Parts: sequence; structure tokens; C-alpha cells
Amino acid sequence: MNSYSPSEEDFKFVTVLDKGDQLTRPSLSYWQDAWLRLKKNTRAIISLYIIIGLALFTLVGPYLWRTDPALQDLNQISQTPSFPKKAVVVGPYKRWAGIVLNDFPAEPEEYLDFIPAPKNLKVVDAATTQQVRLSWDPVVGAGGYNIYRNQREPESINDLGLPLGSTLGGNEVSYEDRLNLESRQYYYSLVSTDGLDESDAYISIEVTPQLTIELATAKSRGLVDESSNEINVEISLEFHPMGTDYLGRDMLARLMQGARVSLFIGIFAPFLYVLFGIFYGGSAGYFGGKLDAFLMRFADFVVALPFLLFIILFKIGFGIGPGESGVLPMLIALVLLGWPATARLVRGQVLQIREEGYIEAAKLLGAKNHYLITRHIIPNAMGVILVTLTFAVPADIFTEALLSFIGMGVAPPTPSWGSMCNEGVKTMLSHPHELIFPALFISITVLAFNLLGDGLTEALDSRMRSRE
Amino acid sequence: MLKYTLKRLLAGIITVWFIATATFIAMHQVPGDPLMNDKAVPPEIRKNLEKKYGLDKSVPEQYVIFLGNMLKGDFGISFTQQNRKVNDIIRDHFPVSATLGIMAIFIAAVGGVLWGALTALYRNRLPDIIIMFLVILGISVPSFVFAALGQLLLVNINSFFGYSILPVAGWGTFSHMIMPSLVLGLGTMALLTRLMRSSMLEIVNEDYIKTAKAKGLSPTRIFFRHQLRNAILPVITILGPQIAAITTGGFVVELVFAIPGLGRYFVQAVQQLDYTVIMGTTVFYGAFLVFMVIVVDILYGFIDPRVRLK
Amino acid sequence: MKAFSFILLSLLFSHASFSAVDATSVNFDNQTITIALTQEPPQLNSMKATDQVSGFVLPHVMEGLVRYDRRGRIVPAVAESWEMNEKNVTFHLRKNALWSDGRSVTAHDFVYAWQHALAPKTASEYAFILYPLKNGEAANKGELDIGQIAVKAIDDYTLKIELERPLAYFIKLAAFATYFPIREDFAEAKGDQYAADVDDLLYNGPFILTEWVHSASLKMVKNQNYWDKDKIHLNEIHASYITADTRARLNLFIDGKIVHTRLDGETYKDALTQRFRIRKFSTGSVFFLDYNHREERATANLNLRKAIQHVFDANELVNKVLGTPGNLPAYSTFPVWLQGIKGKFRQEYPATIPELDITKAKNYLELAKKELGVERIPPLILLVGDSPTAAKQAEYMQGLLKEKLGLDLKIDIQTFKQRLAKMTAGEFDIVAAGWGPDFDDVMTFGDLFASWNLNNRGRFNNAEYDRHVRIAMGSTDPKVRMDAMGRLQEILYEEAAILPQYEQGVIYLMNPKLKGVVRRVVGADPDYTYARVVE
Repeated sequence: MNSYSPSEEDFKFVTVLDKGDQLTRPSLSYWQDAWLRLKKNTRAIISLYIIIGLALFTLVGPYLWRTDPALQDLNQISQTPSFPKKAVVVGPYKRWAGIVLNDFPAEPEEYLDFIPAPKNLKVVDAATTQQVRLSWDPVVGAGGYNIYRNQREPESINDLGLPLGSTLGGNEVSYEDRLNLESRQYYYSLVSTDGLDESDAYISIEVTPQLTIELATAKSRGLVDESSNEINVEISLEFHPMGTDYLGRDMLARLMQGARVSLFIGIFAPFLYVLFGIFYGGSAGYFGGKLDAFLMRFADFVVALPFLLFIILFKIGFGIGPGESGVLPMLIALVLLGWPATARLVRGQVLQIREEGYIEAAKLLGAKNHYLITRHIIPNAMGVILVTLTFAVPADIFTEALLSFIGMGVAPPTPSWGSMCNEGVKTMLSHPHELIFPALFISITVLAFNLLGDGLTEALDSRMRSRE
Repeated sequence: MLKYTLKRLLAGIITVWFIATATFIAMHQVPGDPLMNDKAVPPEIRKNLEKKYGLDKSVPEQYVIFLGNMLKGDFGISFTQQNRKVNDIIRDHFPVSATLGIMAIFIAAVGGVLWGALTALYRNRLPDIIIMFLVILGISVPSFVFAALGQLLLVNINSFFGYSILPVAGWGTFSHMIMPSLVLGLGTMALLTRLMRSSMLEIVNEDYIKTAKAKGLSPTRIFFRHQLRNAILPVITILGPQIAAITTGGFVVELVFAIPGLGRYFVQAVQQLDYTVIMGTTVFYGAFLVFMVIVVDILYGFIDPRVRLK
Repeated sequence: MKAFSFILLSLLFSHASFSAVDATSVNFDNQTITIALTQEPPQLNSMKATDQVSGFVLPHVMEGLVRYDRRGRIVPAVAESWEMNEKNVTFHLRKNALWSDGRSVTAHDFVYAWQHALAPKTASEYAFILYPLKNGEAANKGELDIGQIAVKAIDDYTLKIELERPLAYFIKLAAFATYFPIREDFAEAKGDQYAADVDDLLYNGPFILTEWVHSASLKMVKNQNYWDKDKIHLNEIHASYITADTRARLNLFIDGKIVHTRLDGETYKDALTQRFRIRKFSTGSVFFLDYNHREERATANLNLRKAIQHVFDANELVNKVLGTPGNLPAYSTFPVWLQGIKGKFRQEYPATIPELDITKAKNYLELAKKELGVERIPPLILLVGDSPTAAKQAEYMQGLLKEKLGLDLKIDIQTFKQRLAKMTAGEFDIVAAGWGPDFDDVMTFGDLFASWNLNNRGRFNNAEYDRHVRIAMGSTDPKVRMDAMGRLQEILYEEAAILPQYEQGVIYLMNPKLKGVVRRVVGADPDYTYARVVE
């Protein structure tokens, strides 16, 4: 058994050849870290893309889809989305004198108990969407005739449809209908009257007008050559991929233009007032005491101001003349009147966070106010703030709509999603697309902001940092 | 505590005075003339009208008169409802708006807290996704669409059963209130659900929850005693302004459901520039709101012992 | 939940009580109907009423000397007969006309009502309708005592009136609400409270008001003291809903809760799918664009107005933009229903229909530019109200003038009172306006653009026009009056003083079990006085 005898060598420092595995990670700032975690959240990222898409839709869209959002196509009112329709070119509308019989009394000579329905109801000239002209034989005892139009065959006298009009006397035996004619099946009915009361008998005919467009209109819309004078040719009408509204304006173009107003107001106003609210509520909550009391009383004062009255005042105060859209004054008004809610919320959060242990700890370590606020209080209050923000987006889009409704919002013809919704809700049963499209865009926007808000809440939550 | 409350009340009174002054000045700045009507009025009759409503005096004089009357609790006679006192209008119609508002807030608060807690418990699982989808729908559809849809639904239900299950419009019995308050509360309910959810999720990670778990408390006890109670705080903060928003902002619902509430009167008054009704309702609502805020702040102190009221 | 609500109710409803409404729209056995009002009547003081809802309620519960029948003819009411001779009118009152407290309606009640409607202290906005009475206008201006107004009660049942000047249509005026009687002792006892509530009003009409819950409901019950009560079939009229929302009222109609609702451009399509019988009715009002004729405005230029006249097609507006049946394209200030000498005024004096000629219009426009000395016409301001229909029409005009003439139009949407203020101050180039008749005579439209008329908001000032209005006012000869009116119609066309747009028509639904409801242009509309429920 050899005994080992240590030598000098054994007491020298060992040179470390390699540093071996050391557990480090790149130092990430709070925001870098948040971004990394946000990227892992697929839903949030998809939402982000949707928001970028919406921005492109409104900013780039109008350059790709060049239809004028204010152009009224009265041939195609409230059209549902469809492929371009074919129409026949016709000459200008010519007035029609109608048929008035001179040898027949206008007022009945005596009032009869029962007046039969007129006979021989027929269409005069060609029935087109320009006009449908009807004539019939006079009835003895009639002091006038009422003309009805329905979109299905009448079942009884109570089912004649729309009362289009009446003639002025029993001797006027024609009627011209131009009321919102479409190329579809119509049933016209005729009832005699004694000048006041209607008879119980009616006569009906079925008419399907031909879709037409006036030559001058076709020219001004660029559907036919400027030099062309051909009539009775078939051409394709403008394509409205999302249909048209109540004045025949292109929905897609209006949605693109409306997005500007809605997104501008819906995003900027909350952003500005939430920012202000954070600052205001944060200061109040953090510093507390007299300052808090004073700031909060002022917030209470602003909350209690009558919104409607002050919006009107701002509108005038900022001098929106006729014809201006009034978007900016509305934005300012929304910000000036909207911040107290956020301020209160932030203050509530700050009051709560201020009492947390880690704040005490940071204070003991000598942290300054601004450090505490930016590093601890705001990140911790971020969740609630973001939720408010994502909710303020639709709320402001609708405030704008409601104001448009009472004539205090953006001036026409500038569209906004909210005001389009407002128009659409009135025809939601007969033309649902006028409500569905703007509502869909609002929903998508809201959804995107919410999911992004969720993602941000998690990403920005400083307590999550340690859990990666 | 008492001192704090008194101080708040005093500040509240000053706030109301400020509101009254600001509104008074604003109202007189808005162009338009409350005495004008569809048909032009000869100058002689106009002078008589001005005298009747005290508009022949200068604006500062009117302000002093208004303040004096306000202290006596008298807001004068409405311009549009020419024989009615503004006090009577408020007394008759505020209870209606308040009933509707309280019902709506009740539905919203109970629903919001419940759904919010549920989504937090089932985070990222099916119930959460379904509820959150509904919430998104709830906030992306404006109240006027909800009101129209809600009424249409009633018509269809009634005609399906051939019997009036719930009245389509009107006011008077409990059944008249169900649909309007539901419609009115939906937006707030969605907001509260969302708020409750995020607030719950934050609390799950708090140390005291871990401590409670470690102590071996039952999950139900943890849920109710710790999670819910703490998560409800931000909800309560927002409830104060929301109550005011709902009681004043219900005019769309009041219009659609033919409800004789004060909200309708106020909007009409602003449009018609009915000076006395605007002033009366604004001061009244201002006072109401300031009071609600004070109540909420005091409640806050009760629920959250960490917030000391000085 | 039920208990909760009960507590709430008992807490909150201590002052106001709202009767529960669940009645159906018609009840045959009780002859009861339920209706909806668009808004609450601001008041029911006949001296001061100006609005439509009071105009509907008042004639149901009060009655004047005469009333209109279902064909719009004047028939006796409180007055049994009358004589009219130049400036003197004598009414003979019936002895069985009673107030709701059982006392007789006397000539003194009319004297009191008319004098006090004209009293400056009352500040009635409709006092001008009593100006035909001799000294009426002077009394209203405070120049004379109200005792000097030429209306006298000879005895309890004879009312003698002297007019300022001969007036062809005075009897028709006497049907107007401002001419209703008021009993002195009652009104004086009530003071400021008069007509504020159901007990603060005395009735002499076919119905009496028994319940008025503000902003919620009204109830009218058959007046057992009414002199002609045998002709009244309805026992009760419940106005149980007050809402201006047309969709809400359609829903109430579908649900069988109300007998009548008006339809608009949006709701009629839903009514069609429900297979209801839709009816139409002309309200008698004319809507037009009024130009600002004040010198500094571009619209003071005749050629500019002519240019617009030649591109605007009222027919297209009515059929494509308004889109609801019932409206008629307007080509004149005078609507088609007005009576002329024998037949209809518009048949005796046809209006010129402006031809649509883009070339002519452009020539006029060039002339206008030259006269105004501008390269381009500056943008014109179109002042409109804040209703959706107003905005829609404004947008149409904006598109039309841009497309056809290259004119820019700025739309100025204003709420009611702001719009009126701007109209009065002349802060507009074009304003959307309308005019409804006060009484059944051409003059209600004729003097509208006289230079002294305060409702002539555009300040159209034409000496010849004024002259013809005076001719018509100073005569009772139908031929002279109508000729003058015919000339007015021509002047308005030649000067393109206004741009007539449409004669308003409405479509509505009426429960088929209710018969005898009368729609009218002047007076209560709809008039349920002689209506009855059938099985």
C-alpha cells in the first residue's frame, strides 16, 4: 500500500478550462417579455392580424374598390348582394297624361250601395322598372278608383297590398306606377270608390316589369359609350358585391368609408381618455389625501354633466359648419366627457395595489414614486385597464351611432358603421343585409379587440413573468 | 367614518352646484330659442311669452332667480308641458326610470358576477368560450337593435301561443318590466362578466389563495370567501357610474317600449330646449349620481378592509 | 323575484300610479277601443293648443260652434244655425248643448274664450287665428282692451260677431280649437291650473277625459250630457300607449293591442308580410324647399333657382327616395285637395309642371354665374331637420345637384329649436320646410309667401304677389278670390320662389272591426267620434 505524498503541484489552483454549463437567459425588458408571450398566444395574434386587416380595409380598400360611396344608384335601391344584373337601355322617361273620359261623370250622380269592380284592367305600353301604366273600363257609380300593388296573389280584399294611389274622379281610368319598381312579379288590384268609401269588389292582374336603365343614366355611369345612342340593348349594371342601401349606394364602398369614422372614433377616443384616466386616476389613487379627494370630486362633476347637452355645445363650440363631418369635435367631446369612468376604475385599482406587500417592500428598498408607478402599479392594474379599453371601443362606436341618430353625429353623406346600423335596424326584416354587414364589421372589430385585450392582459401581467 | 361621510356630502353639494352652473351657462350658449315653434309667432305674443317664462330678464338675473328657486326646491314650470311643474315631472317619472334601472342593474350584476366567475373557473374550456362569445355579441350589438329584437321576439312568442304572454309595450305591472330591463341590462351584464372574469383570473394567482389552499380550506369556501369577495371590487367601482348611465341612458328602451320614464323627458327637453326641465333633471340626476358615487365609495370601504376611509 | 319587485313597486310608486293595460284593441260588448298616441299632449287648454296630439284629443272632448262632417263639410254643432252678412255674423246656439257638469253652453262662454285667447297675458301662439274679429289684433297687441273685441252675447243663446273685414271662410274658422268655448267661472276658479289635469277641464264634446297619467295614458269616456249622444257609439277610448316609435306601434298592432298605427317607409314592408289591409290618406300638408331670398345669398338669383327647378323631378323624389305610397309629387304650393270655385282648385287652375331639361338648366346656371360674377357657385347650405327622412331627402338633393349641375350642397342638420332659430335668422340658402292647413280654404296656403307673413322664412318679397293676396283677402266673391290665387300659383312658378317637393300622404293600418273612423285634413285626425265596433 503506497502512501501518497502530496507535492507542490497539488496545492496550485486548477486552471478552469471551460466555463461549463451556465444557466442564463438574455435580459429581457418588461415589454420584450410581454411581446414574446403575446406571440405564443395564437388567438391574440390572429386578432392582431384582423385589426391590421381592418386598417388596410379602410385605408387601402377605397383605392382598390373605386366605387364612389356617395353615388346614388336609384335603379338598384336596397339590393341584396348579387351578381351584376342585366338591364335594357331605354330612352328618357316621358310623362303620360293618362286617360280621362270627357263623356263620363267625375262624381257619381247618385251614391250606389254596391259598386262593382272595374273590368278590363290591362297594362298600357311595356311594363318596365321605369313605369307600369294601367288602364281599365269605367264603372257607373264610381267617384274614383284605388290602385293596390302586392308581391303575391291577393287572397281577399284585405290582402291587396300597398295602396299606391287613387284617381281624382270616376272618369279617370288610368294609373301610372313608378314606386320603387323592381324586376319581379307584382299583382295590381283595383277597387272602385264612391269618392270616399271603397267597394268590396276588386280586380287583379299580374305584371312583371322588365329591368331597364335610362340611356342618360347609363352614360353618366359609364356603362355605355358616351357616343352610343342605341336603345333596347342589354347591358350589365354595376356590381355591388355587398348590395346597396336605401339610396342605392354601394355598401362595400360605404363600409370602407364608414370604417374611417367608426375606427377613428372607436379607437382614438378610448385610447386618449384611458390614457388620461390612467394618469388622472393613478395620481389620485397613489397620492391620496387631499389631492385624491379634489381630483375625484372633479371627476364626479364631469360624470354628472348632461352628455347630450354638452355634445351639442361642443359641436357648436368647435364651430362645425354645415357640410362638415364633425368627426373631430365629436372625438374631443367624447374624450372630455368620457375619462372619469376610467379614472375612477384606475384609482380603485391603485388604492388596492398600493396596500400590497410588494409595494411596501419596494418602498423599503428606496424606490421612488415614478418607479413604483411605472414598474409596479401600472403593470398590475393593466388587466382591468385593458378590459375597459376593449369595452370602450364598441361603446364609443355606438355613442357615435346614437348621436348620428338624433342628428348630433357625423353629417351625411359621411357614413359610419354605427349610423349604417341605425338605418339598417329599421329595415331589418325586409333588407337584413343593410343591418348585418355593418353589425358584422362592428362585431369583428370588437371581437378582435377583446381577444387582443385578453392576450395583452396575460402578456402584460407581471406576475406571469416568473412562470415561463 | 361619520366625519368622512359628512365631508363627502358637503363636497357633493358643491359638485351639484357646479353642475347646475355649468349646465345653466351651457344651455344659454346653445343657439336656438325655446319659445319658437313651427308657426312663427308675432313679436307681441312673443313678448308676452318671454314675460311669462322670465326670459325678458338678463341671463345673470335669470341665474340668480334660478338659484334662489333651486334652494327652495322649485324648478319652475315646463316650457313644453305648459301646465306641469318640473318637480311633478321628476316625481312622476323618475321612479319609473329608477325601477327600470334597478331591475336592469340587478339582472346585470347577478348575471355578470355569475357568468364572470363561471368563465374564470372554466377558463379556456367550452363554457368559457360559449359565454365569452355571447358577451362579445352582447357588447357589439347596440341597445336600439336589442330593443327592436326583444320586442319582435315578444310579438312572435305571443302570436305563436295566440295569447299575450308578456306585453309588447306599456308600463304598469311586473310583466311589463321584464323585457325592457333585460334589454337594458344586457350591455352592462356583458361588461361586468368580462370585468369579473379578468378580475377572478388575477386573484387565482394571489398568495392568499395559495395559503388558503395550503391550509386545506374547501374549494367552495375559497371560492366564496376569498376569490369572489376580492374579485367583486372592480365590479362595484364601475357599478356606481353604470347605475347612473342606465337610469339616464335608458331613453331608447323607454321610447321603444312606451315607458313613461324620465330619460325620454330629458332627451326631448334637450331637443326642445326646454330650459326648466333641462335644469331640473340635470340637477336632480347630478345629485343622484354624486350620491350614488358616495354610496359606492363607502361600500368599498366595507367590502375591502384594506381601503381605509379617512 | 316577484316579492323583490313588489317591494320595489311599493317603494317607488308611492306617488304615481300607472294602471295596468292588457285590454285588446277593440271590445264589441263594451264598445271600447285602445289606441296609441305619438306623444303626450303638452296641454289641453284650447286657447293655447298648437300641436297635433292636442289637436286630436281636444275635438273629441270639446266642441265649437260648428264642426266638419265626414266629407269635410261644415255642419251645426253648438250653433244650431247662423247668418252671415258682409261683416256681421250671428250664431244661434242650441239650448240642449251642455257642459259635462250639466249646465248649458252659452254665448258668454264663447265670448270669454275668445277674449281671453286674445288677451296678451295668455300669450296664446294661435291668437292670430282670432284676428278676423274686429279689434282682435289690436287687443292682442295690447292696444285695446279685450272688452272692445267685437263679439257679444245678445242673450244666452245668441252670439253676435263683427268682423274686421268680410271673410269668406269665417264659418270654417269657427270649427278651429282656439274658437272652442270656455266657461268663465270654472276657468277663473282653476286659474293657472286650468286644463292641467282631467278635473281641471270642463267638457262639452262627445267624450270626456276621465284619466290622464302623464306620459303613459289617457282615457276618454262617452259624455252622457252631450246633446247628440245617440249618434255616439263608442263608450270608451283608451290611449294606453305613448310612443313615437313606429316599429313599436306596429308591434302593438300585430299583438292586437291598438286599433290604428301609421306606417313609414321601413315598417310597411313588415305590415305587408302580415297580410294586413293597408290604407292611405293625404294629410293635406305640402313639403317644399324654401330658398333664401335675402340679397346677400346666391339663392336670391332667379337664374340659379331656375336651373335647380329644371333638374329637380318631384316624381323621382316621391317614387324612389320617399318610397312610401300615398305621397304625391308637388308642383304647386296649393295641394290638390283644396276647393276652388266649384270643383277642385287645382283642376280649375292647373299648375305648370316644370320640364326636366338639363341643357336649359345649364344655361340658366351659366347666366347665374355671370350675374353673380363668380367662376363657381359657392357651396349652398341646405338646412334640414334631424329626422331620418329629412336626412335622406337632403342626401338625395345633394347627389342630384352635384351630378346634374356640379353644384355643391352642404347639409346642415339641426334639431328642432336650432333649426327654427336658423330659419328665422336666415342662416341658410335652402331650407326644407312644410306647411299644413289650419282651415279648409286656399288662403291657408295663399298668404304664406306674402312679404308680411312671418312664416315666409326665405323672405320672398314680390309686390305683385302681395297685391294679389290683398285682392283675395278683400273679397268674398269666389271667382275674384280664386283668380287671384291662380295668379299666386303662377308667380311662384315663374319666380321659382320655392321648390315644391311633395304633398304628404300616409299609409296606416286600422282594425277592420272598427268602422266609421274619419281621417281628415283639418280637425281631429283620426276622428273616432262616430266610430263603432262591429262583430
